This record gives sequence, C-alpha cells and structure tokens, in this order.
Amino acid sequence: MATQTGSVANLSAVSRIFKGKTGTVHALDNISFDLKAGKTLALVGESGSGKTTAARVLLGLDQPNSGLIEVLGRNLGSLKYEELRLLRREIQVVQQDPFSQLNRRHSVERIVSSPLLAFDIGDKESRREQVIELLQAVGLEKEHLNRRPHELSGGQCQRVAIARALAVNPKIVVLDEAVSALDVSVRAQVLNLLREIQITRGLTYLFITHDLGVAHYMADEIAVMFRGRIVERGDRDDIFKKPRHHYTTGLLSSVPLASPTAEKRISEQDQSLPSPVADDSCNYRSRCAVGLGRDDCKSVPLQITQGSDTHSWLCHSPIERS
Amino acid sequence: MTSALVVKGLSLSVPSAKGRVTVIDDLSFDIPAGRRVGLVGESGSGKSLTAYSLMRLIKDPVRIEKGEIFLGGEEILGMKMKEFRHLRGNDISMIYQDPMSALNPIMRIGAQIVESIQLHSDLNNSQARKVAIELLASVGIPEPDRRIDSYPFEMSGGMLQRVVIAIALSGEPKVLIADEATTALDVTTQARVLTLIDKLAAERGLSVLLITHDLGVAAQFSDEIMVMYAGKLVERGEVNQIFSNPVHPYTKALLNSRCDYTIDVTKPINSIAGQPPRPDNRPTGCVFSPRCMHAQPKCHAEVPRLESVKGRLTACFRAEELLELGVAK
Repeated sequence: MATQTGSVANLSAVSRIFKGKTGTVHALDNISFDLKAGKTLALVGESGSGKTTAARVLLGLDQPNSGLIEVLGRNLGSLKYEELRLLRREIQVVQQDPFSQLNRRHSVERIVSSPLLAFDIGDKESRREQVIELLQAVGLEKEHLNRRPHELSGGQCQRVAIARALAVNPKIVVLDEAVSALDVSVRAQVLNLLREIQITRGLTYLFITHDLGVAHYMADEIAVMFRGRIVERGDRDDIFKKPRHHYTTGLLSSVPLASPTAEKRISEQDQSLPSPVADDSCNYRSRCAVGLGRDDCKSVPLQITQGSDTHSWLCHSPIERS
Repeated sequence: MTSALVVKGLSLSVPSAKGRVTVIDDLSFDIPAGRRVGLVGESGSGKSLTAYSLMRLIKDPVRIEKGEIFLGGEEILGMKMKEFRHLRGNDISMIYQDPMSALNPIMRIGAQIVESIQLHSDLNNSQARKVAIELLASVGIPEPDRRIDSYPFEMSGGMLQRVVIAIALSGEPKVLIADEATTALDVTTQARVLTLIDKLAAERGLSVLLITHDLGVAAQFSDEIMVMYAGKLVERGEVNQIFSNPVHPYTKALLNSRCDYTIDVTKPINSIAGQPPRPDNRPTGCVFSPRCMHAQPKCHAEVPRLESVKGRLTACFRAEELLELGVAK
C-alpha cells in the first residue's frame, strides 16, 4: 500500500499553448495541482476546457510550453526517453472509448499481458497466471482470455482496459472519461469496481470527467476547469455544498436531476464561446452574471484566493458564504 | 384526451447468426396531444429503432414485422412512401443526436433551412430566406441575418443543434421526436437547448417524444415517462409516479444505479448485476427476470403483459405486491 500522505505527482504553473491559423489557444493556462497518494483528484469541465491536455502532459505524452511536471519525484522534462518509458510502470491510463483503446485483433490475454511483455516481466506461464488474476480482480473470468474485443460488451471492454492498466502494478492511474461511454447500470458497476481496487491496491487516481455526479462519487478533491484554467478547487463538500465560483454553480445548476420536483435553475447567460485566449483577467466574464458588469473582472489580473486549507478559487467577486 | 400519435403492436426484427430475431417486441403506446413523453432505456433497448419506425426510416436489414402507427388518426406504415413524405416534416419531425452529421458540412446552414422550408411550402427563395431568418431567431441564434450564411464548421455544437431544431420545426410539425438530441452537448449547453425545445413545444402546442438514456433529462423535461428494456415497454406513468414510486424492478434498479451528485458517496452504488441481453439471446419469460432480484419461477416462464396498476402501466407479475412493499417502507 502506498502511504496515505504526500503527493505522488504534481503540475506547477504548467502552460500548454497551441498555435494555429485562427490564433493561439491556451489549452492549459498556468495550472497547478498535485495528486495525493491513495486519493482521487477529479478534473471537471466542459469539452475544450483542457482536462485531457492536462492528462497528456502528466503522462508525458505531450510537452508543456512552460511549467514543471513531477511524477514520483522525477521531473518529466529532464527525463530521457528510456527513463520516461520506465516511469510508465508507475503511471497508466484508461481511456474513454471501450472499443477503440483495445486492439480488436488481439485476444484479451494478449491485450492484458502486453504491458508485462513491454517491461519484460515474468515468463509466458507466470504472465498467464497474472492475467487471470487481473481479470478476476476486475470481475471477468478465465473464460474471457481468448475473447476478442468485439465479443465483449462495452462494460467488459472497459474492465479489460482497467486490467491492462493494472498489469504493471502502477501507483497512479489516469482515468480519462473512463465511464462516459457506459450505460447507467454498467457505469455503476465499473465505478464501484474502481473504488474497490483503489483501496485494495492503494492507487492514486486522476479522474477526468464532464459528469459532476461521477466526480462527486469518485473524488476526494475536485478541480473545476474552464478554458485552460482551474477556476475552483476543493474537496467534495467545498465544491458541491459551498461553491464560490460562478462557473461552478452554473455547472451544478445545469445538471438535470432525476427528480421531477427538483428546482430548475438554468441561467440565461451569453453562450458565445471565444477561443481560450490568454488574458490575465477573467475569461469567464462574458458568461458570468456578476462579472459582465464589473470593471475589475475585465481589467484586473486574477489571483488565486485561498479560502481554506482545501478550498481555493479564481474570482474577483466570489459567491458569498457565511 | 386525443392522441397525436398511436403505436399498436409494433415488432421489429434484425438478422443474426440464429436467423431473424426480434429487437422490438409488441410495442404499443400513444402520445397524447400536447404532452411531452420521455422514453428512457439503456443502449440496445430499442429507443432509437422506435423513433426511426415513427419516421419510417427503418431500412434493411432491420425489418418491421408487424404493427400499426397512427399519426393524427391516419395509419402511416401501410401508406405509400410518396404520400408519407408529405407527412414527414409537416406532421412529424425529428431532431437527431449528432448535429454535425445531421447537417451537410459543405452547405451553408441557410440553404439547408431554406431547402427544408421549400419542401413543405410554395414559398420562393427570398420569402423562404425570410422565414429561415425568423426560425433562426426563434431558436435563439444571435444575429440570425448574418449567421444564416455560416457553414456548419463555423458554429459550436450547441448552435448547430439549434439549427437542426430550426429545420425540424420548418414544416410546422405537430409531433416532434428528439432522439438523444442533447447527449453530445456540454451540460450547460444541454440545459439551454432542452429549455429551448420545451419553450418552443409549449408555444406551438407540440407533442414531444423525448428519447434519452439520461434519467435527469427525462425527469426534468417530460410529463410522462416510458421505460424500455430489451425491446419491451416495461413501465409507463406520470413523471412523478415513475421517479418517486417506481414499481417495475427494472425502473427501480435503473434509478438506484444512477450517479448524480445527490447520492450517498459512503456506500457503493446499487448497480444491476449482469448486462442487458443481446437480441439473439433474450430470455424466455420476463426479459428482465435473469437480472431481477424479485424474480420467481413464473417470471422465467411467462411473459408479463403491460397492465394498469394504481394509475400506471407496468409489465410485472409482482407489481401490486411490490408496490405495497414499496409503500410499506
């Protein structure tokens, strides 16, 4: 088991800029977060907010333009290719689409054992035993060994992808919209499974989702992203019970709840979506009921307000809470 | 109350290794005029095939085996396609899931709306363009007289779905089908598009069939709810009944397995064991019986009919018993 304290990975002041014909996009605009051992951090936000880019730079699949990324105390920017490859034993990923992340021509056994092969772990027989153990850990059976992805349901494919991610016994697993493609009843099974194996294996999760309900269930800590920035960050109660940023409350009130008597609170703000262009002032102001009329929101650079040990936000005029 | 749409005994089949198998089994329902009926279920339950049947868009290898569909009293499945084309768009129309693939990517959106308007009226080009601009304004697109000349790639997903809605409304239909119309959108955009559909439906007195896998969307934007499982309608009732006191064990289990931010995070979610059966592997008896915690021998042998139980329709042998149990708790 990993220790329960201390951080196993962190991003500090990371920016990732994409330059295109239509202008420059700040996919990540000076973001910082850390992953605490054995805990789950959820990144939530709309499409285009930078969630997946954050995961990619953490996995070393993309390089930031500036900032520092450390995984288990090692600076990703200073690692040579082989060192980075070896570090991937410690950090694995499960992606969104249950089918496209698995090679459809390979058997389940080959898929799940491929990380073991890549790191030259065990011999053929011990690998097979390990694969069976992994399959059982994710709720599949020995009989699935020779199946191919098309013979499995979406939920089962996602379990195979989880088994593959666990094969090299990593410390950190990045779950990028890992349950978004699943149906309600199957999603519940996979979420329960993920929580269970987190405890038994002492895993640290970076959980990326657009679904606030899923973030609420899975995460100890939540970072709300908007156009490349973390606009609010806190533990579960901070975000869901005492949100301070107007975007967070906007997101929360947009989720239709499965109760016909729940109050409908849909704000009627401007929906225009200019691309995320760097600007030290608030980039949410065009959609914000409060910020639209305030001068400081337009012209004064934002700074992180640390409200408590766990709770911080990026707003000149946060929602008042007593 | 009159019905805008009536479906009677609709059955569809698809080919499989075992020969043709039933995917939608003896489906009957109606949409009362002016009401919003939510159709919920998981993927593969037959929601979209139902919608496609209503639009007569079922193509080989899927086949309609039997059944009737009455639109404003007229049966449409037996109608010549030439005749039905006058109804499609004019009397019944549909909003699809993915706005990017519903629109032609190399045609300006205005031309696509005008095309649809002229299909359903005798307006000339400039008159139709005027109507198109009005439609764009009514679906909340800013600067409609300028945006009408945009191409789809120049607009966001939410704006494109508004264009699709404008096209769906261009023939002034009476019945509107929304098939996962907001599933591809971000949650804030989804909320706005659903509110827009709701407002337009109320203004125009539309009858709406809202197809979604999202229980929250169904709860917030429907008057009545129908629940489908493995090609069968298993429960139907007023929205409050279904969400506050569901009777069918599948409806109950589906609600229990939801994961929104109001649930208790200290306990595992009550998921349903197993997965929905594939069409070529449907169980005998009640389709839900292999996954049902209340199943008895009878449930595995006989098929329950949709019957009225305390003001709702439920296809479960133990409905009354379970309802009492539910109330007792």
